Amino acid sequence: MTVTEPQLAEHFGATIARGDRIEPRDWMPEAYRRTLIRQIAQHAHSEIIGMQPEGDWISRAPSLRRKAILLAKVQDEAGHGLYLYSACETLGTSRRELTDKLLSGKQKYSSIFNYPTPSYADVGTIGWLVDGAAICNQVPLCRTSFGPYGRAMIRICKEESFHQRQGYELLMTMMRGTDEQRAMVQESVDRFWWPALMMFGPPDGASPNTEQSMAWGIKRNTNDELRQKFVDMTVPQARALGVTLPDPQLRWNSERQAHDFGEPDWDEFWAVVNGAGPCNAERLAHRRKAHDDGAWVREAAVAFARLEEAL
Amino acid sequence: MSEWPLYEVFVRGKRGLNHVHVGSLHAPDDKLALMHARDVYTRRNEGVSIWVVRASDITASSPDEKDPMFAPSGDKVYRHPTFYDIPAHVPHL
Repeated sequence: MTVTEPQLAEHFGATIARGDRIEPRDWMPEAYRRTLIRQIAQHAHSEIIGMQPEGDWISRAPSLRRKAILLAKVQDEAGHGLYLYSACETLGTSRRELTDKLLSGKQKYSSIFNYPTPSYADVGTIGWLVDGAAICNQVPLCRTSFGPYGRAMIRICKEESFHQRQGYELLMTMMRGTDEQRAMVQESVDRFWWPALMMFGPPDGASPNTEQSMAWGIKRNTNDELRQKFVDMTVPQARALGVTLPDPQLRWNSERQAHDFGEPDWDEFWAVVNGAGPCNAERLAHRRKAHDDGAWVREAAVAFARLEEAL
Repeated sequence: MSEWPLYEVFVRGKRGLNHVHVGSLHAPDDKLALMHARDVYTRRNEGVSIWVVRASDITASSPDEKDPMFAPSGDKVYRHPTFYDIPAHVPHL
């Protein structure tokens, strides 16, 4: 007995409707597979490229304690990239294909990593705001409809909590320091606030994939819902830290029981997404160089494995 | 004494969960290993899918190597969120 495609589609739809997970061997619509590959790949690439802005500070960290923490954090980002690449590969793509698409610019990574980190305070701000925004995005993804993606997200979210706390603690320490250090924190927050809000993606009206992704259970919340949640969580943290968020329209709306806030500069967002950000070229060039410089390691490992086999 | 190779059996309890190791069995080939695993390990609705892997295909560390394997992460307390003191009045962290 052969099962027809409409029957398979009906079975798939019923699994999603029950709130059950889709697993790699299940039949799935091609568009579902494509959407997931694009989203998980972009997520994996973001982890890997995301090592660069903070990695710049490892050799310049002000103490051994801060250096060990930063190393551990950047190492985690590499690990998160690997969890996600593996989840993506269960959809029938390969590591080589994903790497090629990153290096050739055919697949994107989060635009936040195209901003520079000229100040040490940026290490703290990235932990607090960038990882904070990432956590907001990622917690609902633990319940995404594709099993391997959700399981990778559970591991990542567990580890990400350290990232955000070390960042906030770093900033608290600087805020207890000199006027100059406090000014460094404020300057860093001023630079990262708007790019952090852009991490949730374009406004719902300009996000054509959201509706289908939510119908498929890939996404659980819209971009604007998550952005609002992030702002509401962050405002009291900023107050406790003693910094201001650079948005004159930011205020509590008691009617909505939520904060009103200004609109990010979406022209800037699209410009950075499309390659014109301050560090796009540098990030990709660095990743390409690392890939090329590592070629002999990959070749040597394979040659050694062949030798072991032959013995 | 059985000449059949040993297989390790992993069962996924429900969609969304990892396959978890439940035990092992002997079988003459992969296909029968799967059938036997069903009969031996999932007689009471224990799962939605099964993996069988030849035990000889698994590379494993031994609990005796626990220290050299895992000691390097033992002193890295800063990998845990609880290492960082955040005042109780700061929410959502």
